[in-house]
Amino acid sequence: MNAPQGVAPAVIGQALAHESAVLHVTGQAVYVDDLAEPQGTLHVALGLSPVAHGRLRGLDLTSVRRAPGVIAVLTGADIPHNRSGPILADEPILADDTVSFHGQPVFAVAAETRAQARAAMRLAVIDIEPLPAVLDVAEARAQGLFVLPPVELVRGDPAGALASAALTLQGSLRQGGQEHFYLEGQVSLAQVREDQTLHLWCSTQHPTEMQHLVGHALGWQAHQVSVECRRMGGAFGGKESQSAQWAIIAALLSVRTGRPVKLRLDRDDDMRATGKRHAFLSHWTVGFTPDGVIEALDVELASDCGFSADLSGPVNDRALCHVDNAYFLPAVRIRSLRCKTHTVSATAFRGFGGPQGMLVIETVLDDIARHLQLDPLLVRQRNVYARQAGTGRDTTPYGMVVSDNLVPLLFDHLEPEARYAERRAAVAAFNAASPTVRKGLALSPVKFGISFNATHYNQAGALVHVYADGSVLVSHGGTEMGQGLYTKIRQVVAHEFGLPAAQVRLSATDTTRVPNTSATAASSGTDLNGKAAQAAARKVLQRLAEFAAGVSGGDPAAVQFQDGRVRAPGAHPLDCPFAELTARAYKARVQLWDSGFYATPKIHFDPVTKTGRPFYYFAYGAACSEVAIDVLTGETRVLRVDVLHDVGRSLNPALDLGQIEGGFVQGMGWLTCEELYWRADGMLATHAPSTYKIPTATDVPQAFHVRLFERDNSEDSIHRSKAVGEPPFMLAISVWLAIRDAVASTLPGNQPVHLNAPATPEAVLRALGRLPPAPGAAGPGGATPRGTVSTGRDNIQPGGTMPGGPA
Amino acid sequence: MNGQPATATPIRFLYRGQVQMVEGVAATTTVLEWLRLSQRALGTKEGCNEGDCGACTVVIGSLDPAAPGGVALRSVNACIHLLAMLDGRLLLTVEDLADPVEGLHPVQQAMVECHGAQCGFCTPGFVMSLFHLYENQPTLPDHAGLCHALAGNLCRCTGYRPILAAAQAAWQAPARRRDRTPWRAALTALAAHPALDYQAPASAGGGRVQAPRSLAALGAALQADPAARVLAGATDIGLWITKLGRSLPHLVHLDRVAELQVLEVRDGCLHIGAAVTHARAWPALQAFYPEVADLARRFASPTVCHAGTLVGNVANGSPIGDAMPLLLALDARLELQCGADVRIVPLAAFYLGYQRTVLTAGEFVRSVLVPVPVPVPVPARSRLACYKVSKRFDQDITAVCAAFRLDLDAGGRIIQARLAWGGMAAIPLRTPGAEAVLEGQDWSEATCARAQVALLTELTPMSDLRASAAYRREVAGNLLQRFWYETSTGIGTPPVRLDQVEASP
Repeated sequence: MNAPQGVAPAVIGQALAHESAVLHVTGQAVYVDDLAEPQGTLHVALGLSPVAHGRLRGLDLTSVRRAPGVIAVLTGADIPHNRSGPILADEPILADDTVSFHGQPVFAVAAETRAQARAAMRLAVIDIEPLPAVLDVAEARAQGLFVLPPVELVRGDPAGALASAALTLQGSLRQGGQEHFYLEGQVSLAQVREDQTLHLWCSTQHPTEMQHLVGHALGWQAHQVSVECRRMGGAFGGKESQSAQWAIIAALLSVRTGRPVKLRLDRDDDMRATGKRHAFLSHWTVGFTPDGVIEALDVELASDCGFSADLSGPVNDRALCHVDNAYFLPAVRIRSLRCKTHTVSATAFRGFGGPQGMLVIETVLDDIARHLQLDPLLVRQRNVYARQAGTGRDTTPYGMVVSDNLVPLLFDHLEPEARYAERRAAVAAFNAASPTVRKGLALSPVKFGISFNATHYNQAGALVHVYADGSVLVSHGGTEMGQGLYTKIRQVVAHEFGLPAAQVRLSATDTTRVPNTSATAASSGTDLNGKAAQAAARKVLQRLAEFAAGVSGGDPAAVQFQDGRVRAPGAHPLDCPFAELTARAYKARVQLWDSGFYATPKIHFDPVTKTGRPFYYFAYGAACSEVAIDVLTGETRVLRVDVLHDVGRSLNPALDLGQIEGGFVQGMGWLTCEELYWRADGMLATHAPSTYKIPTATDVPQAFHVRLFERDNSEDSIHRSKAVGEPPFMLAISVWLAIRDAVASTLPGNQPVHLNAPATPEAVLRALGRLPPAPGAAGPGGATPRGTVSTGRDNIQPGGTMPGGPA
Repeated sequence: MNGQPATATPIRFLYRGQVQMVEGVAATTTVLEWLRLSQRALGTKEGCNEGDCGACTVVIGSLDPAAPGGVALRSVNACIHLLAMLDGRLLLTVEDLADPVEGLHPVQQAMVECHGAQCGFCTPGFVMSLFHLYENQPTLPDHAGLCHALAGNLCRCTGYRPILAAAQAAWQAPARRRDRTPWRAALTALAAHPALDYQAPASAGGGRVQAPRSLAALGAALQADPAARVLAGATDIGLWITKLGRSLPHLVHLDRVAELQVLEVRDGCLHIGAAVTHARAWPALQAFYPEVADLARRFASPTVCHAGTLVGNVANGSPIGDAMPLLLALDARLELQCGADVRIVPLAAFYLGYQRTVLTAGEFVRSVLVPVPVPVPVPARSRLACYKVSKRFDQDITAVCAAFRLDLDAGGRIIQARLAWGGMAAIPLRTPGAEAVLEGQDWSEATCARAQVALLTELTPMSDLRASAAYRREVAGNLLQRFWYETSTGIGTPPVRLDQVEASP
C-alpha cells in the first residue's frame, strides 16, 4: 500500500469494552425476540415426534386447525422441497414418511399468539408405527450404520511399527456430547415482502446459509431472500447449521399466510430438537519406547452423528486432524467412523471435533505414563513436536509442518509459574494422609489449527462507508455472538483512519450488504473479516490521502491520519480534523466508501487423502489444573487453574481473556457436570437447565490464573493476532486429566484408569472401582439408558403430559 | 367452578414509579409475559421459562418494618412468578436501575468496566441479582457467598470470573444505594386496598386468583372450592403453567395470610408457617442446627429461595425435595387444616406414595413443627448431618440426599437413630431397619459398617438421569461412612468435605 496507515497505537491492543456493553447491562441490547413485531405477526409452535424411529402412519391435526387463534398448519407434505442440510440435503424440514429421532419436528402451527400456538400444538394426534431404534454409537458401529462413509488417514507403517514396538497398550474411551446452552434460544422472524421477496431476522452464525436454505425450500433464488442478524445471545456453533430449520419454517409460513411469522423455540424444544456436540467412542493401540515415546498409534474414532450428515463430515475431519494435538506420531493410522443413530443430528460446537480428537491422545499419553510409572507431564514433554522445525518430528499426520511450535516454550513458562513439581509433591503428601478426599494434578497443552478445513470457506468481504461528516459505518460478513468480533473490527477500522473507536460503528450483519459470506465459525471471524474490513478501509484511506496530498501539494504517502486529524505536508500544509477532510473530499466527488475482500493465503487440503496444509497457522496454549475428588461419592471440585495461552499479538486483551476463561469453563462443563441422558425410548431426558447442568460460578476455582502469551503471529494475520474462539476450550482437558490423576492415586500399581467423559460423580465412582463396570452398550453421551423413570421437576415432556410415577 | 368473587379486584402494584392496575389478563399470566408482551419491556429475558437460568431475574419490594427504609427487596425469577402475586408489591426490572442524573447503577458500571458481559443475554439477570445483593449488603460477601448469591444465574460465555470481579468493583466504588422511603409510602397506600380477588375475563381464558389475608378467610375459600389450588411461591406451579399448559382455574395464594408467616418457637418446636420462604426458614433451622448449613446453602438459588416455601416443598411431596430427609431426621410434624379443623400428623406418616399424601379435599398444610433442642445449641450427645449429592454443586436436583441423627448416651451408645433419605424411593423416607441396627450399639466403625449392609437391602432406589440405582445404593452407604468419619473423635483426618479442601501450596 502506498497510503500511510493511520497511527493510533492506543486502539489496537487496547482492552476496550465490548461495543454493546452499556446496552447489555441496561437491557437495551436488542435480540431478535426484542424487535418490534410487524403488525399481524404470527407465532409458531412445533409438534415433536414422541418416538425415536418409526413410520408416520397418521397425523390428525383437525383439532389443531380448529383451535382458537390458529391461522395455518404446516406438515412435511405441504413442503415441495422438504429436504435440507448445510452440505447434504438429507434432513426433512418436517418429518414426512419417517421419524428419525425423538423430538423431531413433525408439524408446525402458526397462531395469533404464542400461547395459542402452543395450546393448539398439544391437540395433535400423531400415529407412528415404531421401528427399531439405534440409540447408541457402539451399536451403530457394530451394525455399520453410517451417515457418511468411513475415512482413513495413514502415515508410515503403523502396523509394522506396532509389531516392532517395545511396548504396546490398548484402550478405549467414551466421550459424551454437549448441549450448547446458548442463553438465547433459536429464533427467526420472517416477513414476506413485495414481488416474491422475504426478509429474515435470524439469530444465526451463518446468514448466507440461511439465505440459501430458505431460498431452496421456497424454490427461490438468493436475491429474493435477505437475512439480518445484529447479535446473538450466544451460539457456540449451535447457530451455524442449526438455525436453518426454524428460519425455513418461519419463511414457509410467512409466504403461505402473507403475514410476518416468528418462530422462537421453547427451551425444552430447543434442547430436544437441535443438534449437539458429537459423542465419540474411540479405541486405540499404541506402541512406545520404555521412555514413553510414541512409535506408532492405531486409533479408531467412532462419532455419534445422529440421524443426518449435517456438519459431521468436517467435524470428524477436524477430529482426525487433532488426534495428534501437540505430539509427533511417527507412524499412525486414524480411522474415522461417522455413525448414524436415531438421535438428533450432532453438529458444530466450539472446537468442532478437535476436543474429541485431543482427548484421545491425552488419554493415551496418560496411560503410557501410568504404565511406565512416569509423571504424565514428562511423557507429554517427550512426545511434543520439535521446538524447531526442520529437525524431524515436526510434521502432522496430515502432512503439515508445525513450523512455529510454541508448546515447549509454554511448558517452560507454565511449569514453574504453576509450581508444578512442588505441588505434585504436595498432592502426593495430601493423598497419603486422606481417606476420603484425593487430589489430582495435570498439565496439558493445546495446539489447534486455525482455518476452515474446507479451504473455500476461508474468504470474507466487508464494506466501509465513510460519511461526509467523518463518521464511519462498517459492514462485514461476520456475526456477533458475544465474542467481541464487532469490537475488534471497530478497532481495526478505527486504527486505519486514526480515529477513536467511537467514530466507527458496526452495522447489523446483512446479506444485502455483504454477499457469499462464510459462517462465523472455526475461530476465524476476526482473522477473515478483520482483513477484509482493513482492505476496504485502506482503499478509502488511499483516496483520502491522495486528495489531501492534492490539496497540500505533497506526497500521498506522507499524509498522516492520527487522533482524528489529518496532516498533509507540502507547499500548502494541511492540518485539519478528519471530518473536515471528508466533507471537502465529498464535495470534490471522491468515493468515500469501498468494499474489501480477503482470502486466506497458503492453505490447501485434499478432501480425499485428508492431507495438505489445511491451517494457516496454529494457536497454542497450556493449562495446569488441580482438583479434588470425594472417593465416597465421586464428586469433584476444581481447586486451582493456571493457563498460559497464545493469542499472537492481542487486538484486545480483555476480549481475548474473556474467550479464554469462558472457553475453559465451557470445556470444564463438557468434561465434568454436563451429561446428556437419553431414556430407553430415545427421549432426551436432560432437556432443560433443571436437568442439564452447565457450570455455575461456584464451579470455577477462585484461583483461576490466566495469562496471555503475547508475541507476533509468525503468519501475516490481522495485526499479527491469533484466533481465540475455540482453542481455549481444550485447555479444560487438564481438569479431566487431573481427575484421572486423583483416581489413579487410589488404584494399585500401574492399573489403568477407566474414566469416561464427562467425569460425573457416577463416572468417577465407577473409575474408582466402587461400582459395577458400565454395561457394554453404554448410551449416547457416555451414559447408559437406564430405564424411563423420572420424577419431580424434570418429569415434564414439552408438549406432552406428565409421565407416570416411578415404576 | 371457581366460584364468583363478591368483589373482583384488579392486580395492583408499583411499576416505574406508578401504581399499575392490571385487568384483562389471564389469571396465570407470569410477570415475564406481562413485561415482555404487554409492556414491551424487553430488558428482562426469557432463557428457560422454568426458573433455572436467571435471565429473567427481577426484584420485588414489599413492606417490612425490619428492612432498610421499611421495604424488603428480594430477587425472583419473573418467568415463574405470577403477576397476581405482585399485588401490593413493587416490581423493579433492569430498566429501573440507571439513574437519569447519576447514570449507570454501580453494578452496571462495574459490569461494563470488568467486561462482565459477552453475548449480553444473561446480563440483565446478573445485573438484577447483583443489584439485589448490593442494595441489601453494605459489605461484599466472601467468594463463596458471592458465588452463592449468583447461583441462580447461568452464564455460558464468560466463565463468571469477570462477573465476580465486577461485584468486587461495585462494592469498592463510592456507595450509592437506593432510598427506599418513597417506595414505603407508596406500598403503604397500596396496602389499604382490599385483599386480591382477581377474576380474569373469559376472553383472557378466565381464571381466578385470591389472596386472603387471614387463616379463617383462607380456610373458607378452600372449603368453598375444594378444587382450588393452593399457591405459595409458584416455584413448581409456575412450571405447570409455562411447561405443561395446565389449566388452573382457581388459585388461592397463601402469602398474604398473616398467620402463615409465623416463624417462632413454641412448646419446644420451631413453627414454620406455610407462607415462610426458604430464605427465612433455613436460617431459622440453622440457628438451632448449625449442621444444616451446607444443605441450606445448596438447597436452591436465592431467586428460588426468595419465592418458594419450606412447606411448599413438603406438601408438594416430591421424592427429591431436599427438605424432607432433614425434617424426617428431626421427627418433624405437620399441622394440617381443613376449614377450621386442625390435625397434626408426623411427617413420616404424611406421604402415601408418589406425590400422594394424606391431605383430604380442601385441606392444606398450615405449618411444619420442628422439635428444637432446648436450650440451644444442640446437646453435645446428639449428632446430626445432612448430605446432598448431585452432578453440580449449586442449584441442582439431588441424586442422593441424606440426613442422619444419632442421640448418644454418656457412654457413646446410640439411644436413637434416624436415617432419612431423598432420591431413594417414590417418597422421602426413613430406613427403620438400618436405624434398628444402630440403636443400642456403640457408634463405631464396625457398627457403621453393619448399618451400611442393612441399607443395601433396605433401599431400592431407581435409575434415572441423575444416577443409576447402583450408584445411589453405594453412595447411600458411603454417606453413612462419611458421617462416621465426621463424628468419630480422635481421627486426625484432613477435611472430609470437598468444599473445605484448598489447592496445594
